[in-house]
Formats: sequence, structure tokens, C-alpha cells
Amino acid sequence: MATVRLDAVTKVFDGVTAVEDVSLDIADHDFMILLGPSGCGKSTLLRMIAGLEQATSGDIYIGGSHVNDVEPKQRDVAMVFQSYALYPHKTVQANIEFPLKVRKIPKAQRAVEARAVAEALDLTEYLQRKPGQLSGGQRQRVALARAIVRQPAVFCMDEPLSNLDAKLRTETRAELVALHQRLASTFIYVTHDQVEAMTMGVHVAVMSRGHLEQVGTPQEVYARPATVFVAQFIGTPPMNIFPPGMVEPGDTRIGVRPEHITFDDTSTLRAQIGLVEQLGHEALVNCHIGDTRVIVRIPAAGVVHIAGTEVGLRVPEEHRHRFDATTGQRID
Amino acid sequence: MAIRGPRRVREALLALLFLGPSAVVLGLFVIYPLGRTVLLGAKRCNAQGENCRTNGLRQYTDVAQSREFRHALWVTIKFALLTVPAGIALGLGLAVLADRHLRGIGFFRAVFSSTVATSVAVASLMWLFLLQPARGILANTGWIQDLMPVVKNPGLLNDSGTALLSVALSSVWANLGFTFIVVTAGLQSIPRELHESAYVDGASPWRRFTNVTVPMLSPTLLFVGIVLTSRAFQAYGEIDLLTEGGPVPQDSTTTLTYLIYGETSIVRNDAGLQSSVAVLLFFVMLVLAAVQLRGLKSRIHYGQ
Repeated sequence: MATVRLDAVTKVFDGVTAVEDVSLDIADHDFMILLGPSGCGKSTLLRMIAGLEQATSGDIYIGGSHVNDVEPKQRDVAMVFQSYALYPHKTVQANIEFPLKVRKIPKAQRAVEARAVAEALDLTEYLQRKPGQLSGGQRQRVALARAIVRQPAVFCMDEPLSNLDAKLRTETRAELVALHQRLASTFIYVTHDQVEAMTMGVHVAVMSRGHLEQVGTPQEVYARPATVFVAQFIGTPPMNIFPPGMVEPGDTRIGVRPEHITFDDTSTLRAQIGLVEQLGHEALVNCHIGDTRVIVRIPAAGVVHIAGTEVGLRVPEEHRHRFDATTGQRID
Repeated sequence: MAIRGPRRVREALLALLFLGPSAVVLGLFVIYPLGRTVLLGAKRCNAQGENCRTNGLRQYTDVAQSREFRHALWVTIKFALLTVPAGIALGLGLAVLADRHLRGIGFFRAVFSSTVATSVAVASLMWLFLLQPARGILANTGWIQDLMPVVKNPGLLNDSGTALLSVALSSVWANLGFTFIVVTAGLQSIPRELHESAYVDGASPWRRFTNVTVPMLSPTLLFVGIVLTSRAFQAYGEIDLLTEGGPVPQDSTTTLTYLIYGETSIVRNDAGLQSSVAVLLFFVMLVLAAVQLRGLKSRIHYGQ
């Protein structure tokens, strides 16, 4: 049992509210991504779960027990840091063994367990090296190994891939998903990278300015964004948002994904073509309707669009997302 | 190739121009006096520095084997052993205590580092009053008297058994501010995640101290250790002001530096012998620094 439940959790630092009234249920074996721009409170939330920060108010439960006042040691939570936080003076093996040493596990057993984890993460040949002698990807795996070796109920990861280069990051994403399936424990993963969220998460919790905007599967969050913020934060390029009255009468803002807009000269919605970005397999056509910028995604083989020409845009009814003009909340 | 020759000459001249000022200063005030001292250390002269006779290397070996030199060397080593480990331990302890975000911690940091701004003369006078038998608070505190060996002569500074310890006490106090500031700076350079990671892994405060703080501070502690050792070997002001190398006849606080400069030193009026001792002290410290650097190198971690 390693469910994690947050009930109306708030964190205030010296008068600044970092996390406000967040309630979130994380199921056992879930892979929950806390997604949001920097400063949205996602790391603070994770640190409260790990026990590095005290919640100002609200309750945190791990495995059903109330842990607000429980030391990290008793929470059965492991944490992987963005900087990896490896002990530079210890060998890889000593780093991996450290959590076991703290738990007073006999030396022989420690070595056996560290070796097993090192083998699983392809680190065996580096066991006697110091972290300074490893590459970024290897250090990252040592940090993972140190978390895994304890077999904790909950893994907390704070942007663990952001210091890797793009190629390694893509590979490690797949490895983390495989690791999650193999370990069958609960993962809570903080990132500002929506691609990581979409590709790895079983569930995604989108945060903004200390608030929880939406929780759902990556597909739900993409297909039915709960707020304008989520609509524009998830998806590259982001969802187009039309001001009220532009696409249809009424006082709601209309959101449409770039891939759902088509060019149609018979349409009454007229736009000026601006920059055209060729991406190889597709092209992004930037259009302007007055001050409103609209991005249209088309196959690259399509018609050549020339900047400055006027076109008609068709926004299909079934692909329109409606949001309240003032609150930004989804209207169904 | 045609350009290269003249260009190298130009660069060499430019290099000399830049090196010149510091070479002149160093040469005039460090290297030349050092050379003169080495030469003078091989000579015996009269009190006026006249009628010198050169004894060569033999004078150095004679001085090194003399009872006075060996006694002073032993006193110096004892002084270093009394001041350096205690100074590091206290400075480290205070720095760790003050390295947290508490209201008003700035006040304690200022107090703990204040001895940096206290001159040796002021510090020594203060301790002279504290240890003075008639009025001194420390001299009349029961547990301190119990801590020190039996005092035969009146006053901790006047007893051959406690004089060196008392001087060491004032020296440790005077150097505490320096150690505190350097260790505090070292503590603040340790990445916070290392402590947090150990904390989440369940490490107790003591284990975090021994497994994170001390190893990450090792270069800082080595630096402090070398500076404090060199200060201990060169300590003069506090000895001159508190005990003048005494009490006599045991010369309990006559260190090598006091033997060189001291008012009551046996070689007081002999520039040749004074220079011999000074040069020997120089070599003792050279060896010491080399041993410290080399012996600790393998155990010191300088970051990634």
C-alpha cells in the first residue's frame, strides 16, 4: 500500500504562497507527473511529500497514514534530485549503499543489494569510481540506483532528466517507464517538460501559480483541457485561443488545436498569413486576425503559403473547446 | 616564421615588464633578507654586530642540538598540539551551530567572528586580566582550577604546569573568529541537496555531519589546519604579553619564536644565534607544510 493523498495542502514561505489548497489522490503504482512552469509550486509539493518541507496547512497521507509530522526516514520515500546529489567523496558503490548503511543493514548484504541494483542499471563496471569520473547519464543512473536500492514505497523525482542532453533524455524516459513497470511502486515525478509528462505519465497533474489546474491521464489533459492555462501549456504549438465573438457568437473564448484548423477560402473567418515554419514532415503557418495570432499545422507537402496573403480559416464545430471568458474554466 | 622570432622577444619583454614590480618587491623584502639571515645564521658576532666569525654549517648543527633549541621546539610542538585541534573543533562546532536559518542568527555570527577584529595585544591583555590571580574571574573559578593541574605558584600564568595551557587558551580564543568565518564560508558552499538527500534517506544529524559536512569541508579544514599550525609555530605576541617565555627557570612557554625575539631569551643579544634559530624554524615549518599537504591529500576531496 503506497497511495499518496494530499488534502487541502497549503505552503506559505514568509508570506508568499507557494502551494494553495491542493488536493490530490495518487493511487498505488501510479506514475503521477506534477507538471507546470517554473515557480508553480510543483517542487514544493513534492518536497512536502518527501518530508523536506512542512505543510503550512492541510494533510498529507502516505499509505493511509497521516505523515505531516513524520520524519522522512519513516515515510518510506526516496528522492532523486535534479542535481543528483551524489556524495562526491564516496565511490559509486558507497553512494548506492548509503541508504542501507543508514538503516544498519550488514555490510555483506549491502554489497549484494548494491551490486544487484548496479547490474540492473548497467553500472557494474563503475562501482569503484567516484561520481566525478562519470558522465551525466551515468551519474543520473547512480542517483536512481541509490533510490531503488531501498525499495521505497514512493519515488519522488524532481526534474531528474533536465541535466541530460536531448538524446539521452529520450532514452532515459523509456527506461524510467520500464523501471516503473518493473518496480511496481508509486512514482511522483516533477517536470516542466510537457513531452516528459505526456510520454511517461499514467496521470498528469497540471499546476499553475500554486494551484492545481487539472488532473487526468495525458490523453484527457490533451483532449479536454480544463482551463485555458492547461490548453495553452500542453501541446506544441499550444492551442489557439480565439476571443469571444470571433469564431461564433456568444461570450466564450474558443480554443482549437493547430492541427484542427484548415484553410478554406469560402470561410468568413479571414486571416493574414505571417511566418511559415517548415519542420520537414509538417509546416506551421502563423496567421493573424487583427491582434490574435493563430497557428495552423498542415502537412509539408501542402500548398505553398506566402506571407501577406489573405486566407479563410475553417474551425470545425467538433474541435472547439469553450472556456469562460473571465475565469478561463472549461464550459461543456 | 618571420614574425615569430621578434614576436617572442616582444612577449618576453612584456612578461618581464609585468613581473618586474612584484619581483622587485619580493626580492627586496623577502628573498634578500632571507638570504642575509641564512648567512648571518652561520656567524657569531659580538653584541654590536661586529667582529664576526663564520662557523659555517656547524653553527646550525650546534644550535639544533642545543638543549635550549630542543626545549623550545618541544614547547612549540606542545603549543601547536594544544591550540590547533581545539581551535578547529571549536570553530567547526560554532560554525555548524550558527549555520541555520534562525531569527537573530546574525547576532551570534557577529559575536563568533568578532575575535578576528581583536588584536593579539588586546586579546592578551584581556586574558591577562581574566587569569590574574587577585581579581581574574577565570583564575578564581573552582572548576577551572580543578581542570588545571595543581597550581604551585600563585596564578595560572605563573605556574610552570599551567602557563602554556593558559597561553594556549587565549590563543585558541583569539583565532576562533578566523576559523569560524572560514568554516562558515565552507559550509555555505556545500550543496543543500546533499544534506536533503541524506535526510530523506534517513540519516541522523550526526551521520549527516560525518558523511556530508566533514568530507565536503575537508579542503577548508586542511586550509584552516595549515594556517593555525603556522600561526601556532609563529605565535609571539600572546607569549610575550602573558608570560614572557616563563615562568623561569623551567621556561615553560619559551617557544622557538620567543627564543628568537624574546626579551628574556638566552640568545637575546646574539644576532647570529637568533638567525640560526630563525632559519631552523623556517625549515621545520617547510617540512610541516609539506607533510600536511602530502599526507592529507589522499583524504581530501576538492569537489567534482
